[in-house]
Amino acid sequence: MVSRTAAHVLLQESVPVVEPAAADGVFTLLWLIIALPALGSAILLVGGRRTDPWGHLLGCATVAASFLVSLVAFVALLGRDAEDRSVQQHLFTWIDVFGFQVDAGLLLDPLSALFLLLVTGVGGLIHVYSIGYMATDPRRRRFFGYLNLFVAAMLVLVLADSYLGIFLGWEGVGLASYLLIGFFQHKPSAAVAAKKAFVVNRVGDIGMALGVMLLFATFGTTAIPAISRVSAEASDGVLTALGLLLLLAACGKSAQFPLQSWLLDAMEGPTPVSALIHAATMVTAGVYLIIRSNFIYENAPVAQTAVVVVGAVTLLWGAAIGCAKDDIKKVLAGSTMSQIGYMMLAAGLGVAGYAFAIFHLLTHGFFKANMFLGAGSVMHAMDDDVDMRHYGALRKALPVTFLTFAMGYLAIIGFPGFSGFWSKDKIIETAFDQNLYAGLAALLGAGITAFYMTRLMILTFLSEKRWAAEVHPHESPATMTVPLVVLAALSVLGGVLLLGDWITEWLTPVVGSEEHGELPLPAIVYTLIVVAVVVVGVAAAVLLVARRDIPREQPQQVSLATRFARNDLYGDRLNEALLMRPGDSVVRSMADFDDRFVDGAVDGSGIAAAGMSNTFRRVQTGYVRSYALSLFAGALLVVAALLAVNLA
Amino acid sequence: MSATPFLVLSAILFTIGCVGVLTRRNAIVVFMSVELMLNAANLALVTFARVHGNLDGQIAAFFVMVVAAAEVVVGLAIIMTIFRTRRSASVDDASLLKY
Repeated sequence: MVSRTAAHVLLQESVPVVEPAAADGVFTLLWLIIALPALGSAILLVGGRRTDPWGHLLGCATVAASFLVSLVAFVALLGRDAEDRSVQQHLFTWIDVFGFQVDAGLLLDPLSALFLLLVTGVGGLIHVYSIGYMATDPRRRRFFGYLNLFVAAMLVLVLADSYLGIFLGWEGVGLASYLLIGFFQHKPSAAVAAKKAFVVNRVGDIGMALGVMLLFATFGTTAIPAISRVSAEASDGVLTALGLLLLLAACGKSAQFPLQSWLLDAMEGPTPVSALIHAATMVTAGVYLIIRSNFIYENAPVAQTAVVVVGAVTLLWGAAIGCAKDDIKKVLAGSTMSQIGYMMLAAGLGVAGYAFAIFHLLTHGFFKANMFLGAGSVMHAMDDDVDMRHYGALRKALPVTFLTFAMGYLAIIGFPGFSGFWSKDKIIETAFDQNLYAGLAALLGAGITAFYMTRLMILTFLSEKRWAAEVHPHESPATMTVPLVVLAALSVLGGVLLLGDWITEWLTPVVGSEEHGELPLPAIVYTLIVVAVVVVGVAAAVLLVARRDIPREQPQQVSLATRFARNDLYGDRLNEALLMRPGDSVVRSMADFDDRFVDGAVDGSGIAAAGMSNTFRRVQTGYVRSYALSLFAGALLVVAALLAVNLA
Repeated sequence: MSATPFLVLSAILFTIGCVGVLTRRNAIVVFMSVELMLNAANLALVTFARVHGNLDGQIAAFFVMVVAAAEVVVGLAIIMTIFRTRRSASVDDASLLKY
């Protein structure tokens, strides 16, 4: 056992302190990255119907411009030495009250630079895709306004140099997510799903808010560079509390167990939204938050373990749901939960895992966005039907969608050479290196992933045609297929980021690096095991799905496990039983108490006063003589009292 | 000279006025009874002024007379008006202002 102080010294060496330089040169343009989509969103939402004819073009242009600025900043960072790749731009003093000062500032470092490219790059492609996907929607301009708002908020989240700034972006993406899930507001299910997402996220946001407050109470500031310098001086308890609060926040935003229930319902939103917000970017914000707070987690081993457990549980939970769903988007949503579970797991493994978490986050962003957009293209062709049991044999009708989707499929199951293979393999290997159980969970998850994704491919693109006669599948327009092709290429080639360990070296200034521990077996053996498990998963799907008849209606005579998975493992039931009903009864009893006792006291005193008045008003007879009598009686009383006092 | 007879007379007059106010129905008689009570009080004031040998009580008696005169003016006017509208000067008839 290493003593705590010695461990501190070690950790201080492995977790670098964030020491940004002031922005100069091209970096003074950083603010534009956020300002452009924010401006676009403002114009589209305030401009009203006047902007209808060109709204979608403006929406794409702002994100594209933002991507260009990000690219320039990224290239400029590349040109610097590894230790100088951290730049801070002070914008203005945001809050300045007695003893509490927060500057609005931007922090560009290797971590946020990668996120910038992901958000604006994939975001831009999805904007272009939406032109075609939403072409017939009368509210398309508003849709682009919301999308721009989302991109701006997400960029605030990743660029902010203080936790309060992150919180601002955090709430902003939550708002945009709410607006976009409920975009088809005429559907009650969409409105309910939006509300659910908002409420569940609020639970996580409580963690975020308390975390920011605790940070300020402990360190006297919320600025990331300042906290990273002094974080190790805080007590164990505070650091663990911080780690757990931020984990709660991450669970809400990233749909991790136990706050995972909203993501499946969030599929009510338009498919580009599912691709952008609920697969590629927003749901990964939790992973970003944890890696951004690495200086806290490195000193809070309990919180780190919690992150690993949450990640492992969620990766199996999501995968199990993915196996049983017939709604193509829900399969992908379960898969998203599962893949983010992988990232959480890696992030919880500490310095060894941070870089691979980010690596998987990027490749997942590519292939999952690709597959969601592919699913959107399929729905477009099938008159918005999402039931895979009504698909089948779409490879001929939708050749481009099929091929691009297949690239995403091969990437997610970890087919050797594709991007997902590299990133997932690294996570599993690191997990085995750190903890046997985490490694086994990740390995099992890989097998299940292969199973449900193969099932999805078989049901949708292969097997026999099962669609109705009046449906005429057709390939989507170029605005939709071009982004698919680009994302497919990225899904295939994303692995190049690992060439010569580029991504780990790139991220070292932020997350530190650690000597790889001695694995009990050579790395290639792990890779072979993973590939073998994947092959088993694929083979199982072929045997269980492709070799059997696929009924158009969902069979009801199914095993208990299937029933569980179809009902999202009863996550909603669990929430209802554990939280909603007790909460309900607490509120009900409080309302009851209020009705009976508080209202009773108020009403009772009123009724008593009214009753007494009713009795005493009888004294007012209207007869002058009776008034005179009471006057005399009163006078007599006064005299008697005076006499009594004087004589006594 | 003893003050007692004067005070006894004042008490008798006050009691007569008091009983008159409480028992009579005719507004004019009630009014007269009130005047009787006021003058009984005046008598007591003047008596005590004499006993103490100063003018305070006498001045108070003058004030009471002035106020009584003013009261008579207003009171009689009211009684006249009531009589005109109701053809009656009974104080029990004018008992509408009640609960």
